[in-house]
Amino acid sequence: MTLLATLLGASIVIFIVMEILPGDPALVILGVEATDEAIALLTTELGLDRPALERYFDWIFGILQGDLGNSYAYKVPVWELVEGALKITVPLAILSMILSVALALVVGLYAAANHNKASDISLMGISQLGISIPNFWLAVLLILYFAVNLRWFPAGGFPGWDEGFWVCIKALILPAVALATVQGAILARITRSSVLEVFREDFVRTARAKGLSQRSTLWLHVLRNSMIPVITVMGLQFANLLAGTVIVENVFHMPGLGSTVLKAINNRDTIVVENVVLMLAAMVVVTNFIVDILYAVIDPRLKAHDI
Amino acid sequence: MSSSSSQSFFALCLRSRSFMVGGSITAFLLLCALISLFWTPGEVYGISIATRFLPVSAQHWLGTDQFGRDILSLLMAGTQNSITVGVVAVSIGLFAGVGLGLLASARRGWTEELIMRFSDFSFAFPAILSAIMITAILGPGGVNSIIAIGIYNVPVFARLTRGSANAIWTREYVMAARASGKGKFRITIEHILPNILSILIVQATIQFAIAILAEAALSYLGLGTQPPHPSWGRMLNEAQTLMFFQPMQAVYPGGAIALAVFGLNLLGDGLRDVLDPRLSRKR
Repeated sequence: MTLLATLLGASIVIFIVMEILPGDPALVILGVEATDEAIALLTTELGLDRPALERYFDWIFGILQGDLGNSYAYKVPVWELVEGALKITVPLAILSMILSVALALVVGLYAAANHNKASDISLMGISQLGISIPNFWLAVLLILYFAVNLRWFPAGGFPGWDEGFWVCIKALILPAVALATVQGAILARITRSSVLEVFREDFVRTARAKGLSQRSTLWLHVLRNSMIPVITVMGLQFANLLAGTVIVENVFHMPGLGSTVLKAINNRDTIVVENVVLMLAAMVVVTNFIVDILYAVIDPRLKAHDI
Repeated sequence: MSSSSSQSFFALCLRSRSFMVGGSITAFLLLCALISLFWTPGEVYGISIATRFLPVSAQHWLGTDQFGRDILSLLMAGTQNSITVGVVAVSIGLFAGVGLGLLASARRGWTEELIMRFSDFSFAFPAILSAIMITAILGPGGVNSIIAIGIYNVPVFARLTRGSANAIWTREYVMAARASGKGKFRITIEHILPNILSILIVQATIQFAIAILAEAALSYLGLGTQPPHPSWGRMLNEAQTLMFFQPMQAVYPGGAIALAVFGLNLLGDGLRDVLDPRLSRKR
């Protein structure tokens, strides 16, 4: 229910923002030399002369029926423009998420297990540096080293899933690493402090007292109990990860949602912008909903209705 | 602040490694920005085809770019730009956000509900995406990107302020102040605000770093600072097309952004240690 309310609220905000956007789509499509009659004709054809409220409800009911409307600039259904972009952005976001979680768990657990030792201090120093690096710069550095110097990965572009699974994964690796490093650095710090917190709990001391090794205690008791804050931050970070894809896709010249929305903003193709931004907001909201469910899975004491 | 408490404050500052390192980096960047107001080693605005792509030399410490401009000078002038963006964007967020947060906390009821639901919505939008949308409305440009980043900061501070202020409103000394007949506005100014100030200062430092990153990203996408004004993000964008034969040009501006963000994040951590020792011990 809250999920739908948030999405509905988001749709209203997006629509209002796009309404304020200066620049007449008809004028942008026809160019500055177009006559007033031609502009008026196209405005009517696009349905932009109708009241805002009517257009809003048309849009929302269209979405509910699976119709996102037609692009003003390209005269094709918005879905056709967005479908291909989603096939790049969604796998990229998922791959980055997997990489960042893997990185965070390895670094965070290792640092916590070696608390206050040289390895812990240096790993946390490196992670502080990782948080500070802009992902688009890291993307450029990765291209320089792995694509230009070593030629291990392509420097940009996306071949399309028809060309084969591994070719596509290879194209997604560098952007995913660029995105995952920053997210992973943040998550690693959270993992470390959360694991350290749980290590101080009584049940851990009991487990150690009954003869369980440090390693077994870590895997059997500490890990699961320390995951709640990690997952919370993961959910919150997902919005930043998606925002990151918008920029990093641009560095790698990938036709994902990021470049679709930037192009649409330039063309004043408002309907495409509205749909893409709503999709991104929906992804964030749904991810946080999944995070809520995961809480209950990880810690059965937190029943879904308590959250 | 009495002399003994200010002494212990400085002792805490000196003891915090994060504060010292972060503070030094931030001070260094501020100094660069200040110096660049009066002097830069080379030309920042002029174009000189004869001196383009000069290698590193005693005259051009980091070489020159495709327009013959001295890269070190551009980086120094870029510091000015980033700091301006940070200060203005964080101030917008602080004034509007703290105001709304304090209002929500003092009034409660529907005012609080309205302000908080509004900030919830804005959290569903990724930061950069909101900034891109706002810049799209206002048009690309330095000032507009600052406003966009500032607007994004508003809900961040509103939430933080309201959360921390709500905790203070339940304290005994606030109740005593209410019992003595002080109004909500006076209590907010005299008791609530001073008690949440340290949390706000720490968050402001972190938001400063985020603002620098966001401005660099917007300028990189061509939506932020416009030519010929120097900006780290745009330098990186321009360098990307030359990446295959002038790779170092892409390395310097990104390094500057990373250094600034690193310094500010460390300073934020250090300030938390110094201003709120209870919080740092808990971490």
